[in-house]
Amino acid sequence: MDGRAIRRSMLARLLDWIIRKISHGRSELRRQTILKIGLSIVILFVVMTFLATQFPALNGYHPTLYRDGARLEGPTSSHWMGTDQLQRDVFSRILGGGKASLIVAFSAVALSVFLGSVLGWISGFTGGVLDRVLSLTMDAIYSFPSMILAIVLVAMFGAGLMPMIWAVGFVYIPTYFRVTRAEVLQVRETMYIEAVRAIGAGNTRIILRHIAPNTVNAIMAVSSFNLADAILTVAALSFLGFGLPPPAPDWGFDIQNGQKYLQSGAWWLITFPGVMIIMLSLGFGLIGEGISDLVNPKRKRKRV
Amino acid sequence: MGGVGRYVIQRLLLTIPMVFLLLTVVFLILRVLPGDPVSAMLGGRNISVEVLESYRVRLGFDRPIPVQYASYLSGVVRGDFGDSLRTGKPVIQELFLRFPATIELAICGLLVSIVLGVVTGIHAATHADHAADHGIRVFHIASFAMPLFWLGLMFQVFFAVRLGWLPVAGRLGGRLAFTFRSITGFYMLDAIIQADWTALADIARHLVLPGLTLGIALTGLQGRMSRASMLEVLDADYITTARAKGLRERTVVLGHALRNALIPIITVFGLQFAVLMGGAVLTETVFSWPGIASYLVRAIAARDYPSIQGSVVFIALFISVINLIVDVCYSIIDPRVRY
Repeated sequence: MDGRAIRRSMLARLLDWIIRKISHGRSELRRQTILKIGLSIVILFVVMTFLATQFPALNGYHPTLYRDGARLEGPTSSHWMGTDQLQRDVFSRILGGGKASLIVAFSAVALSVFLGSVLGWISGFTGGVLDRVLSLTMDAIYSFPSMILAIVLVAMFGAGLMPMIWAVGFVYIPTYFRVTRAEVLQVRETMYIEAVRAIGAGNTRIILRHIAPNTVNAIMAVSSFNLADAILTVAALSFLGFGLPPPAPDWGFDIQNGQKYLQSGAWWLITFPGVMIIMLSLGFGLIGEGISDLVNPKRKRKRV
Repeated sequence: MGGVGRYVIQRLLLTIPMVFLLLTVVFLILRVLPGDPVSAMLGGRNISVEVLESYRVRLGFDRPIPVQYASYLSGVVRGDFGDSLRTGKPVIQELFLRFPATIELAICGLLVSIVLGVVTGIHAATHADHAADHGIRVFHIASFAMPLFWLGLMFQVFFAVRLGWLPVAGRLGGRLAFTFRSITGFYMLDAIIQADWTALADIARHLVLPGLTLGIALTGLQGRMSRASMLEVLDADYITTARAKGLRERTVVLGHALRNALIPIITVFGLQFAVLMGGAVLTETVFSWPGIASYLVRAIAARDYPSIQGSVVFIALFISVINLIVDVCYSIIDPRVRY
């Protein structure tokens, strides 16, 4: 009992700390239930995936080496989520199956935040022909189905982690480009920028000190939603066979594998990896919801 | 109406550089990245360098990239997207053959998402902060977080395999697949034209699961927009006036509020079509649906450059046209908008 209470309070304290950081210490914002649930889910998944990667046989069965179960057997007391066609334990594969999703999602969103923001700053600041061409290109990419673009790109880059990071990251660049460019255009004309300029500040300083901080809130909310979306995109890419090479455990790939045994009614091969994808994506989505409520109080529902 | 006409022309002119840019990006990516279409086409291993080289020359892949680009562009302008490396048939012909299947699926998905999304969104808005509102919001967020291919597979497991209510995949089942004669490519329409009611029923049954899969995946976006815009409208003064006049709540919501609440919902329509096409890739893969999206996936696997480029341009053009139509509809629904 005691141990549990302490562990819970540690998680609670960690969440409070994160939310304080996000909300710049505005205390009334710390009671964000949605945000806390989302953060808990994501932290839990990151810890679980890390542990499962370090100690593969976390639940007593190795995800790739153990092959002594019954073939295609539904959930039992010894194999909670059943076994697959190679007599492996599904649960052990579930535990570590989010590795690719997490790595790719975080790296891809970081990549697109960086590239998108820098391009947005440059475009908004310079204006002229460069701005027009960049904006038009970004609009063209943005209006094109992101899932199809990611598939085309990853197919061209080749399968694996790095190609997926580039493909998924590329798709989100226009989002951040738009957010930062809009902010630059708005801030550029304000009095205080004129004042800063009069003092003699250069463009770089204006961008980093005065424009970038203004975009942080919007970027944080958007990137949480993008992370949720990236988890789904990575799962879809793995499902289509562009992810980690087998036999590495991976939710998307395991679902593709389970599809072959769908006709024989092996529902457990598909159901459990899918539930994991939903939970993780939902976690990021809830964080996005929470942050949007934080940074944009007008969004908070009104009683009608 | 002259204003609208001019606007349409302006937009169409703007579409051209956008599609052109996308085409250029895809063309360059395909050429710059590793992966040889010719060896993929011939099956890879054990082919002598001379044979590879002769094919490369024949297909024009030996020319410098700018030359290839120029010749490809001049073809596209004339509506020629080249021949598929896999089948040898003109890409444009294959695309048109598969296009109706995708559209039929997309319309189905859109209908499901509109009905589910708008109805739940409005219900949530009129019951804001009640249990129903919370439940619906969770449903909307969950629909965002749901991998579409997984949902499709789950439907297949339960409704097709376990219960046997609906077919697992395809557009037509059993003997009909061989006997049914398609005129337009839109099977629903074809069956109605030919008054073939057994075929119509079968086609409809085949559409249910893919349509639901695609639709539910989009419900979140639609529903959240509806809820937010309805909440905003319900706050307006004229709604208070309507209520003060003693109108029934139902009349106020459906008669007065909905029309204005629909405006932002329609705006996201264009955006939704992009998501819809993306979702179609996965839906078509899961349900072996013979549309453009599954064609593209197969073209990618075979490194069939002309087919990939053709599909991308085709989809981009299609989405631009949809966006244009949405914008024009926008001005009809909202008289304040003038172009």
